[in-house]
Amino acid sequence: MSFYEEYKRVKNIDFYSFFAQVTKYDVEKVLAKDRLREEDFLVLLSPVASDYLEEMAQKAHKLTVQNFGKVIFLYVPLYLANYCVNQCAYCGFSVKNGFKRNKLTINQVEEEAKAIMDKGIKDLVVLTGESRKHSPVSYIKDSIKILTEYFSSIAIEVYPMKTEEYKELVEAGVDGLTIYQEAYNEEIYDEVHITGPKKNYRFRLDAPERGCQAGMRRVNIGPLLGLDDWRKEAFFAGLHANYLQNNYMDTEISLSLPRLRPHLGSFQSNSIVDDLALVQIILAYRLFLPRVGISLSTRESDKLRDNLLPLGITKMSAESSTAVGGYAKDKGVKQFDISDERTVAEIKELLLNRGYQPVFKDWQQL
Amino acid sequence: MEDKLIIGGVELESRLFTGTGKFPSKEVIRETLEASNSQVVTMALRRVDFDNPEENVINYIPDNFTLLPNTSGARTAEEVVRIARIAKAAGCGNWIKIEAISDNKYLMPDNQETIKATEILAKEGFVVLPYVSPDLMVAKRLEEVGAAAVMPLGAPIGSNRGLKTKELIRILIDEINLPIIVDAGIGKPSHAAEAMEMGADAVLVNTAIATASDPVKMAQAFDYAVQAGRIAYLAGLGAVKDYASASSPLTGFLKGE
Repeated sequence: MSFYEEYKRVKNIDFYSFFAQVTKYDVEKVLAKDRLREEDFLVLLSPVASDYLEEMAQKAHKLTVQNFGKVIFLYVPLYLANYCVNQCAYCGFSVKNGFKRNKLTINQVEEEAKAIMDKGIKDLVVLTGESRKHSPVSYIKDSIKILTEYFSSIAIEVYPMKTEEYKELVEAGVDGLTIYQEAYNEEIYDEVHITGPKKNYRFRLDAPERGCQAGMRRVNIGPLLGLDDWRKEAFFAGLHANYLQNNYMDTEISLSLPRLRPHLGSFQSNSIVDDLALVQIILAYRLFLPRVGISLSTRESDKLRDNLLPLGITKMSAESSTAVGGYAKDKGVKQFDISDERTVAEIKELLLNRGYQPVFKDWQQL
Repeated sequence: MEDKLIIGGVELESRLFTGTGKFPSKEVIRETLEASNSQVVTMALRRVDFDNPEENVINYIPDNFTLLPNTSGARTAEEVVRIARIAKAAGCGNWIKIEAISDNKYLMPDNQETIKATEILAKEGFVVLPYVSPDLMVAKRLEEVGAAAVMPLGAPIGSNRGLKTKELIRILIDEINLPIIVDAGIGKPSHAAEAMEMGADAVLVNTAIATASDPVKMAQAFDYAVQAGRIAYLAGLGAVKDYASASSPLTGFLKGE
């Protein structure tokens, strides 16, 4: 079983003809439905539906409050290493970018853990650059053993692994997996991943499913918005989340919406994903998948994040550093520039002022 | 005669159980619980932060409440048991609401895993309140293995759809010798009253209160509705007739009318 079969089924849809035929009446019909099908989801991503953002937002807000309540889960990313063996056109960690690479020692991992813990955060996403050589599974596992003493929930965002490797990490205390497909469009995926093991589209596409099979409690996926037409990429990612949710009901599935950010390098985006587009994607996701979590990182500006809050968001990062060792000591090359630089305390205050409860802990290590 | 509900040796006057999830702030939780007149409150152990007093939801629960930690997040009996033991060791008492859910799309309880966990925890001395899909045989089995009550769902969690499983819950009320506490799906005070009128022993309400525009007022409304429903049940509802008492009876000729 693989989502690849689903992808092959829909990849050649004539999206532009479909969108050209969508009418206002079609959008209104979808908005009146309780349960949406694949075609309905595509209608919500159409240009015509962009005239219905307010109606979609009202419904999305209601569904989010009903399913998740007036709460927002907070997390922080922790970069263990920035060694990478891939050449990706859009990423600051690309092997072709000359900067001093860094990797935390186990002692430094603990220093970072303490610095993050002081902010009150209990939910961690552990990241490395994609290098099995510099960040082997054993290194990640050793780091996790330390981190489980400080955090109640730990996810990994690293290179795709085999099921057995994911199982090893689950046993070590990892309960979540984040892995972005970057580009669902297979041809564009091949173009932007110039050299390195990341060129293997299928191995990456099936990684979330392997994570589910390995017993990850939660799996977070998403496209890197900007590599291809966002309407298509958002559609494929939504179908991927739906596929995982239907086939692995015991895993909590969530979606992220990273947009390309300034980084080391000169890659130009293939598709501009403006704020209007981002809003339409969030709303379409919420209406199509009412129980799926939607995560928003500090890549987005403070003002935009504040306004996106009631539209379907369930999880936010706060006071993130994308540099290796960036919490205990503020130095190092960042994977990308963050936009919302507010502290955890400031985000907490904002949430409370907006009528949302910030949730720092949402899992108990067993 | 006083009308009391006794669970695990605790006498309860209020038949409204409340929850702590989905609220906009912890301060609102405290105010709402006080307004609800409730005596039992459930909270997800997964969200309880014992290391951080400010974030620990337990510190916002008034002292006179009986804590009912739940095993939200558990997918199997084994996980349920581990969470229950953590809760007890952390000083949350020996009441436990079992939630064994391995379906993240609809959040439907896994009855088989729930029975397994109930048996283990009841033997360990827990007061076990299992959350289940309403099924007579499952409820009977729960009774056999030592559950302190049975908590059937009225509709999927958070759906606010009301008593969609009414006929099945009615069978549990008639056949099971344990308190039946309707949990999940109750979206309006009238739904709660309906459950109480049909003879449920209590109801647990969370989403409908927590996500109301004014949770404090909604908690009061549920308190009244549960009381009204209970009084109506005790008073004995009038029989519902399928036909009117005709002023021109069709069979009057038999009596010479």
